[in-house]
Amino acid sequence: MADGVNVEKGAEAAVRGDDPRAHVISEKPAPPKGEAKTGAAAQRVVDPDYLLLDAPRTKEFITGSEAAKEAIRRANVDIAIAYPITPQSETMQQVGYLYAEGYIKDYYRGEEEIGVMSAVAGASRAGVRTLTATAGPGLMRGIESIVSWPGGRLPSLLLVMCRVVNAPLAIQPDNVEISYLLNAGGIVLHGENQQDFYDYPLVGFMVGEKPEVTLPVAVAVDGFFVTHARGWVSMPAEDIKLPPRNCYHEAVPMMDNENPPIRIARDAPIQKSNFISYQMHASWQQEVWAAQERAKKWLDRWLGGLLEIVNPGAKTMIVASGAAVSQGREAVRQGTEQGLDVGLVKVKSLRPFPVDELKAALAHAEKIVVPEFNYVGWLAKEVKFVVDRAERVIDGPRVFGGMTMPTELILETITAFK
Amino acid sequence: MSLKTIQAATGFKDYLPKEYQDLIDDGPFLQKRKVSELGSFKEALEEHPMCSGCAMTLFIRLCYVGFPSLEHTVLVGTAGCGRLAISQGAVPFVYGNYGDTNAVATGLKRGLEIRFKDQPKDVVVMAGDGGLADIGFHAVMHSWFRKEKFTTVMLDNEVYGNTGGQDSGMTQKGMVMKMAPTGKKFEKMDMLGLAKTAGVAYTARIAPTNPTRVANTIRKAVLIAREVGPTFIQAYTSCNIEYAIPTPKVMDDARAVEKDRYSFEEYFSDEAKAYWDESEKERKRLRKAKK
Repeated sequence: MADGVNVEKGAEAAVRGDDPRAHVISEKPAPPKGEAKTGAAAQRVVDPDYLLLDAPRTKEFITGSEAAKEAIRRANVDIAIAYPITPQSETMQQVGYLYAEGYIKDYYRGEEEIGVMSAVAGASRAGVRTLTATAGPGLMRGIESIVSWPGGRLPSLLLVMCRVVNAPLAIQPDNVEISYLLNAGGIVLHGENQQDFYDYPLVGFMVGEKPEVTLPVAVAVDGFFVTHARGWVSMPAEDIKLPPRNCYHEAVPMMDNENPPIRIARDAPIQKSNFISYQMHASWQQEVWAAQERAKKWLDRWLGGLLEIVNPGAKTMIVASGAAVSQGREAVRQGTEQGLDVGLVKVKSLRPFPVDELKAALAHAEKIVVPEFNYVGWLAKEVKFVVDRAERVIDGPRVFGGMTMPTELILETITAFK
Repeated sequence: MSLKTIQAATGFKDYLPKEYQDLIDDGPFLQKRKVSELGSFKEALEEHPMCSGCAMTLFIRLCYVGFPSLEHTVLVGTAGCGRLAISQGAVPFVYGNYGDTNAVATGLKRGLEIRFKDQPKDVVVMAGDGGLADIGFHAVMHSWFRKEKFTTVMLDNEVYGNTGGQDSGMTQKGMVMKMAPTGKKFEKMDMLGLAKTAGVAYTARIAPTNPTRVANTIRKAVLIAREVGPTFIQAYTSCNIEYAIPTPKVMDDARAVEKDRYSFEEYFSDEAKAYWDESEKERKRLRKAKK
């Protein structure tokens, strides 16, 4: 993502002016005499556009967990709440080191995921920038709380390192858990690789905290393939960070008792059956999904589009998200060598789902192939629902429970279906 | 919240609802109110949908009088009868998911400590026996073990009242309830003992028979939580519906249960005791100086 976007946005930066320090919002106060400014103390707050798009970057060969750590280092996080689960543990341990180094103000290991996700809800209500991460069964355990965040309008970042959730229990990669997040109401981004696992969390904080959005954001990646493998990640210097959360510029009041007293709870218990509760429920839900739509322009700006399209106009289009995108890219390369007319659509944002963009990108395609790392094919269902002439969609190939996806499998699927 | 914030801007007051004007002019915010003044000022909790004669409601009203700084208090609750009243009070109330109170309060308190360094914000969990001893048990225990600095108040009516009379862990052994058709098989859970084991700084067992004591106990628990560590109040707040207590007899029942098995009992950790004795001395000194 980074390369393509930087070229375009670099031009924008040039238009904005010549002041080389225009992006700086605030500097850390000078340390006592004789002490050097290092680490967290040396970070300055910069304009999100600068950090996300314009700042010069250098490349490092690191794991996905390390990429997430580097994102969090620059994210100005107030509190991170951790609980161990494979393959997520390493990331939240790395975040713990950031806390020890002074980059995060508070950090603790919670009792289990219901406790962690509930504490995230509490911290977000207090108005601080909140981070947690989980994987597979942990997501399932915490999901009662997670699905209540969007209605509560609780911005926070949830990193999801996908693994098997269904029996037989395993720790292998499999992303069926994302399907449970799709109807929760929060924003869901699905990263392809280590680079995305650096970029998306930072974008997630900024988008979720926009006044017109005010929603939690989940950034999912396929466990192990991304978290434990190394890849090239281009990042700006570590002496810059995002502006802090500005909680009084969000859609709902904070639970800090800084507002005049009223006898109406923000978190209304509306369990009784009457027209007021129906109306209230409807308006909350409508607002959540409308806020998703309003998030699109920011995702578009900072992700460089909700979709990435390779070989637009090809007769066969592969549609994929997450690690399946990488396999799709390679299939496009190999397929082209073999004389196939094949292209790729990478879906970066699953919620909001890029309905119009996807329709347009696939309008011409004769065949649409949707490779996935799960048994149920949730992305294929989404795509079928969106495109005209859904019979063009071949829902597969699919691997699950830890299998890898050979590119041959994708190419065979393309050629097998006439 | 600064007490200035709640007062209307010049010329604007007449346009505020009468109820709000009363809260400011004659309420509990700008003047510290005593239990003995109840009935003569605008309370933080007045209108509510609780059953007639509900002891829990009386207890909650007394809590609002006892909170040491109403304008910096945030309440956290969960499903159950109590939240029907608490959500009507003039203090922010977090109504989360089932049994999540002490985890939510953990995040909330830590978040508020990050944002308000020089202004203590009191977080108080107020939930039922089912919410705290059954479904929320793990979060309660872990918040205590972690020494989270907020108060947990159990509104113990010894039954799932809101769902229609099922036994909770806090129900007395042998009681026939809707999910204990042949009588509850095990003893009432010893939450006070568990609190001590977990290192809670201050615990109290109380029935609402002495209103001033209720308010003082709440105040003590909140102040100790602010400075020392977690505090826990287990309050007998009978359900006159599910236990078929005639409305005029609710306080008789409270007195009888108090005498039988719910006597007032306090426990201080050494640290809490030292803090409380010192702060009492300081208050006495200030009172003397005022005179």
